[in-house]
Amino acid sequence: MDIFLQQIINGLVQGSIYALVALGYTMVYGILGLINFAHGEVVMIGAMVALSVSLLLIGSGLPPLLVLLIALMVAAAVCMVLGYGIERLAYRPLRNAPRLAPLITAIGVSIVLQNLAMIIWGREYHAFPALLPNSSHLLAGAIINEVQIIIVLVATAMMAGLMLLVHRTRLGRAMRAVAENPSAAALMGVNPNAVISITFMMGAALAAVAGIMVSANYGIVHYYMGSILGLKAFTAAVLGGIGNLRGAMLGGLLLGLIESLGAGYIGDLTGGFFGSHYQDVFAFLVLIVVLVFRPAGLLGERVADRA
Amino acid sequence: MNMLAQMSRKHRAWLAFAALAMLLLSLPFITDALLGRGWVRILDFALLYIVLALGLNIVVGYAGLLDLGYIAFFAVGAYCYALLGSPQFGLHLPFWIVLPAGALLAGFFGVLLGAPTLKLRGDYLAIVTLGFGEIIRIFLNNLNAPLNITNGPQGISMIDPIRIGEFSLASTHELFGLTFPSVHLHYYLFLCITLLVIFVSLRLEDSRIGRAWMAIREDEVAAAAMGINTRNIKLLAFAMGATFGGAAGGLFAGFQGFVSPESFGLTESIMVLCMVVLGGMGNIGGVVFGGVLLVLLPEALRHGAGPVQQALFGKMFIDPESLRMLLFGLALIAVMLWRPAGLWPSRQRRRELSADDDAAQRGTVYDAAK
Amino acid sequence: MSHSQPPLLLTVFFAATLAACDKAEPPATSPTTDELLVKIGASSPLTGPQAHIGKDNENGTRMAIAEANAKGITLSGKKVRFELISEDDQADPKTATIVAQKLVDAKVSGIIGHLNSGTSIPASRIYSDNGIPQISPSATAVTYTAQGFKTAFRVMANDGQQGKVLGEYAAKNLAAGKIAVIDDRTAYGQGLAAEFVKAALASGAQIVAHEYTNDKAVDFTAVLTSIKGKKPDLVFFGGMDPQGVPLVKQMKALRLNAKFMMGDGGYTPKLIELAGAAAEGVYASLPGVPPDQMPGGKGFSQRYEAKYQQPIQLYAPYCYDAVNVMIAAMQKADSAEPAKYLPELAKIEYDGVTAKITFDQKGDLKGGAITLYQVQQGKWQPLQTMGGSAPATVH
Repeated sequence: MDIFLQQIINGLVQGSIYALVALGYTMVYGILGLINFAHGEVVMIGAMVALSVSLLLIGSGLPPLLVLLIALMVAAAVCMVLGYGIERLAYRPLRNAPRLAPLITAIGVSIVLQNLAMIIWGREYHAFPALLPNSSHLLAGAIINEVQIIIVLVATAMMAGLMLLVHRTRLGRAMRAVAENPSAAALMGVNPNAVISITFMMGAALAAVAGIMVSANYGIVHYYMGSILGLKAFTAAVLGGIGNLRGAMLGGLLLGLIESLGAGYIGDLTGGFFGSHYQDVFAFLVLIVVLVFRPAGLLGERVADRA
Repeated sequence: MNMLAQMSRKHRAWLAFAALAMLLLSLPFITDALLGRGWVRILDFALLYIVLALGLNIVVGYAGLLDLGYIAFFAVGAYCYALLGSPQFGLHLPFWIVLPAGALLAGFFGVLLGAPTLKLRGDYLAIVTLGFGEIIRIFLNNLNAPLNITNGPQGISMIDPIRIGEFSLASTHELFGLTFPSVHLHYYLFLCITLLVIFVSLRLEDSRIGRAWMAIREDEVAAAAMGINTRNIKLLAFAMGATFGGAAGGLFAGFQGFVSPESFGLTESIMVLCMVVLGGMGNIGGVVFGGVLLVLLPEALRHGAGPVQQALFGKMFIDPESLRMLLFGLALIAVMLWRPAGLWPSRQRRRELSADDDAAQRGTVYDAAK
Repeated sequence: MSHSQPPLLLTVFFAATLAACDKAEPPATSPTTDELLVKIGASSPLTGPQAHIGKDNENGTRMAIAEANAKGITLSGKKVRFELISEDDQADPKTATIVAQKLVDAKVSGIIGHLNSGTSIPASRIYSDNGIPQISPSATAVTYTAQGFKTAFRVMANDGQQGKVLGEYAAKNLAAGKIAVIDDRTAYGQGLAAEFVKAALASGAQIVAHEYTNDKAVDFTAVLTSIKGKKPDLVFFGGMDPQGVPLVKQMKALRLNAKFMMGDGGYTPKLIELAGAAAEGVYASLPGVPPDQMPGGKGFSQRYEAKYQQPIQLYAPYCYDAVNVMIAAMQKADSAEPAKYLPELAKIEYDGVTAKITFDQKGDLKGGAITLYQVQQGKWQPLQTMGGSAPATVH
């Protein structure tokens, strides 16, 4: 039983990480109907900038949490500039282009960011300093440490905060209006371009948070870390219904749980025929089954209630 | 007078055709002499990718179904060839059985993928096809135990070379007083297959089926209302595209002599998609051009990135190999910004685009229906 | 990397570019008439997820060539200048064959590479067709030398040789009765793990779990939790250090108290640097004998660090040896003609930085010694060198 509980915890932590990244995908998709394929690389840049900042400050005698906070601020700022730049340069000129054109520029942006990061931070793996409290606790036979608790809390808080923002603020109303119909929104005095830019910057700031959480949890960063994370998070966002904030959270947690329970039990359940190497097959099969029965994801509704 | 002008136009067309044929026939020899044999091998790969891109063009360009797992069919074809013509099972079936078998098997997998995804559209279809591609790769990577079928991550080596009768493409041959090395021979075979695939694509484009695909791409509901059996027509697109992919895979296995799962990752699917979109979706010429460009560009940058830097700044600022992929990424962005519909879009698409300019800013910002 | 990380992107960018141009070799001068130009080809992934190891390979190769040029080697009365042509194969089998053909076109006398088995195998066919000797510093798949190509060699123990030593050591010396195995489903990790399992079973150990991951994973909690339930004495991981680091850290976090063992993919300074305290007690193997015990081995890592301002990642010494073995064979044959020095290469005896190098008839390292190391007080300490293991049988 403690093993099962441990697997649930593993899944929830992994799932929260996916959810954090998935929220960024969903924010952008909700308003533009565009998959920002470069989002995973923005997460990586966030982690890398945070790494540089914290390495610079860690010797200065500042308390670790303050170092982390400063690193977060700088990383978020850099990512927001990056997010704004990506939207401005790679997506905005293509708003009336065929749907696949921005997909290709997104892939181009990913390649550029990855190789730029390789040039700046080098090819090797870096240790991410332990800035968050990391002692572990026993919970009914299962182990959870403080970083993991923080990750789950941050992911939940981010989702709740975004929900409030989208549904309770003027900006949120403007976002929903642009998502519904940009020209009508413009007639009502909303500047669609500004709203879209802000959305991208918020997505990028989220990416910075996600990058730092991932790095703090695994203690290792590398310029290639964004691509696989981005792919998993994208899967999670679609599973939950892309464009829907609660869906991103649900999809992330679900994917994390599927992965950990799949890797943990698939071998025993199939008598060793399938093992943990079929973990991703399992995850994608669940996705396909869900989409066959709910073609817009678990919480997705075609047009209404986006973002 | 009129007749004479017509004659000469026809004449000119023939002349252009003959010149093109001569160029294609002599290309490996010219390339070999000017640039070296490595570039002939790159040409061979360019032809393989053209076949792949044309296959994907049927699914994405004609039928408008976004497929991010297309490389899976390439993998199925390659592994089918590898398993039926290598020491893995001790089978050494001839080329003319193995290649069609791989193509057909890939076509079957195409239907297998298509069936559960019929209701899905756009981005949802993209993620499911992506998942399908990964599933195939994971199975190929893991089917070495409990029963060793694919030899797992170790891959299958010592695959039989492509042999037509007693004529093996893996060795150098003397024909008509000319020396044909292995890469040249593969070039001619791949060229034949590519021309065949182009011919089939051209015929499909103007056929009932082709028009049905395009009708579905433009508006599925309207197409169904016009009496098109959208289910069968969509499945046919998947199957047809997959068949091309499977054929290319078989050629790849015979050419390389070795297959392993790492050749069939997601980045490969994305590369092929880039070829189709960058070249010009739905236009055969554009897709061919995209395929050639995206195979040649990274290789040209391999040679260019270092020397150009040297010439511009007098010394190396950044490792040329880091710069190579960076420039490739920048090129993708620049081309799409410069020509959003692809370098050589189909005529119909160009019309649609210019029409859209008048009606800009309607619907959602990124019009998902386009 | 040598340069620190200032916060501003631009500053870092310039720091990196400056560091990069510091490292650049001076431009080659055109050869004079009494000088013999010998080109050596090298290939490893220089972009993509394995680029850090690939660059290390290139550095090791480059260093050996620079030293040979400084030493001044003569072949058939002419002073030789060696030139390195290094290409990025992106760890992709298709790109590897393109690179191979390109190196053959450039008329290289020999090849140092490729890094991975998946690239070495398809490329070896092209080198063999053109009669160019190829020495892989790091490909471990048994298949590579089992294809019957006379031109394929390696200065690295194959999976069979290394897995056997590791499996026996785990079962006998470490008295691990219950062993859990994780492999990363790459040609390297799966091949090594499979041979490890064979040897461990033969030595009387019991495999209580065989779990899997991939070479891009960072989260192993699920498989480790499942392994924890089986209560193993030792966990063996077939894979590289980027996965080994989070794996061993998560083992400690989950309080899975078993010994942890890896192959050569774990024997890196990075593992200790990144895993910190969790690295303590980790076992790893490395083909060859500890460098201090080899003539010329002692100063190698210092020379490397002085030249490249960073520690050796992994296979640089093997690349260094591969170049030197090749040059030694050329000296014996008094020629850089592949056809002439190939027979000499096949029967060479050379004291390298990593081991005494001789090849068996397939091109594998003959009776290659394998050394086991453990992290003690934050340093890799050699435990035992097991020499003269019989060459592995092909499966």
